[in-house]
Amino acid sequence: MSPVVKPKGEKFTIPGKYLLLIFTFICILLMILTYGTPLFDGPFHGAVGYIVVPFEKGIGRIGEWMSNRRDQLRTVESLLEENALLREQLDDLTEENTILNQEKYELNELRDLLLLSDEYDSYDKVGARVIGKDTGNWFTSFLIDKGTSDGLEVDMNVIARGGLVGRITAVGPNWARVVSIISDGTNVSGQILATGDTLIVSGDLELMQSGKIRFSQLSDSTGTVRAGDKIVTSQISDKYLPGLLIGYVESIRWDNNNLTKSGELTPVVDFQHLSVVLVITDQKDLGEQE
Amino acid sequence: MKKILIIVITFFGFLLQCSVFPRISLGGIVPNLMVFFVSVYGILYGERYGMVIGFVCGLVMDIFFLDFIGLNALILLYLGYLNGQFCGMFYPEDVRLPMGLILLSDLSYGILFYIFEFLMRGKLNFPYYLGHVILPEMLYTILAGLILYPILLGLYKIFEKRENRSN
Repeated sequence: MSPVVKPKGEKFTIPGKYLLLIFTFICILLMILTYGTPLFDGPFHGAVGYIVVPFEKGIGRIGEWMSNRRDQLRTVESLLEENALLREQLDDLTEENTILNQEKYELNELRDLLLLSDEYDSYDKVGARVIGKDTGNWFTSFLIDKGTSDGLEVDMNVIARGGLVGRITAVGPNWARVVSIISDGTNVSGQILATGDTLIVSGDLELMQSGKIRFSQLSDSTGTVRAGDKIVTSQISDKYLPGLLIGYVESIRWDNNNLTKSGELTPVVDFQHLSVVLVITDQKDLGEQE
Repeated sequence: MKKILIIVITFFGFLLQCSVFPRISLGGIVPNLMVFFVSVYGILYGERYGMVIGFVCGLVMDIFFLDFIGLNALILLYLGYLNGQFCGMFYPEDVRLPMGLILLSDLSYGILFYIFEFLMRGKLNFPYYLGHVILPEMLYTILAGLILYPILLGLYKIFEKRENRSN
């Protein structure tokens, strides 16, 4: 057997260079056609959805099982220790809960008086399982196992554990892609809950590994914004519903122009360990403003 | 038979890449199996296989994860073609050249992706991206490659033997 490797039984007749040219041409054409237009989204998303997604669901289960096994391997001792600690906490929390319940009752009564309803509870939500993550290391997007057949659409907001995760940017019949707010290049219009001052939250790869997000263009009118303040999505955002919790102010400083402030915030969602998310099927209605 | 098996293996590689690897990632960085597959197929089977596999893998990545289609397909297409130029120039049993080529391919993929997706948006801090994304990814890719390369090589030899017999 000759050590020199030569592919045998070639069936192609077009020389490699021409094939390369043809493929290059197809790629460039696709880039031009799909840049900013949803031209081929329907057929492409449908095709890959039916071929790849069923397998991904299966393999996702295996991956989940693996990480569950890893968690189980933590020693019993640490669990016992944790248990004792949690019991203590439970006592505290029970006491706290009774107080809070009383306050909630009071709050509800006051709300009724003000004719306000809690909007956060009234959104319709659909639960979905995360079945795949971005193949590269550059952006933070992931796939979920529900799509147009479950009523999902592009631009719907996604939350998990009470905080904003991101929004749907592409959808197929049985899958959807969610780009998270920590992904580089995404911007969310937010506001400080206490003062109502607006700001822009922008995902940044350079900060991602420290688990933080950058915010900027905060016009701190009263000068009272401090580390620890809550940041929620703002009323003026055109893609995000108002009042979704994004995170807490971590650090804050003046910009060079001495008019606005910027800094970093810690998101409430743990983006590394997402397995189940909620998709809000209500979308922001912009019709009235026009 | 050969083509079907190659497609099936690459398909499972893609599933592994986006379903299992993120759960066992180190420091949030996952190896780039797609670049690995494309360059190994290019090296072992020639430029045509490299090109077609690269184009298809890139296309699937684009459809799922990028807002416009074609960037990954284009990069992987050229990686497959260039790696294919080395087909038949060495003994595939010697692991050093394929590993070197995979490293080089992953480096080029990282740099090109940075240029198209980050530099174009005015993100100029290249040393950060090199140190925190591109180099760790290369390291993990080569680790995964050292484990997976013998499997692909074994398969290649089986195909070789069968074709020699049938001729």
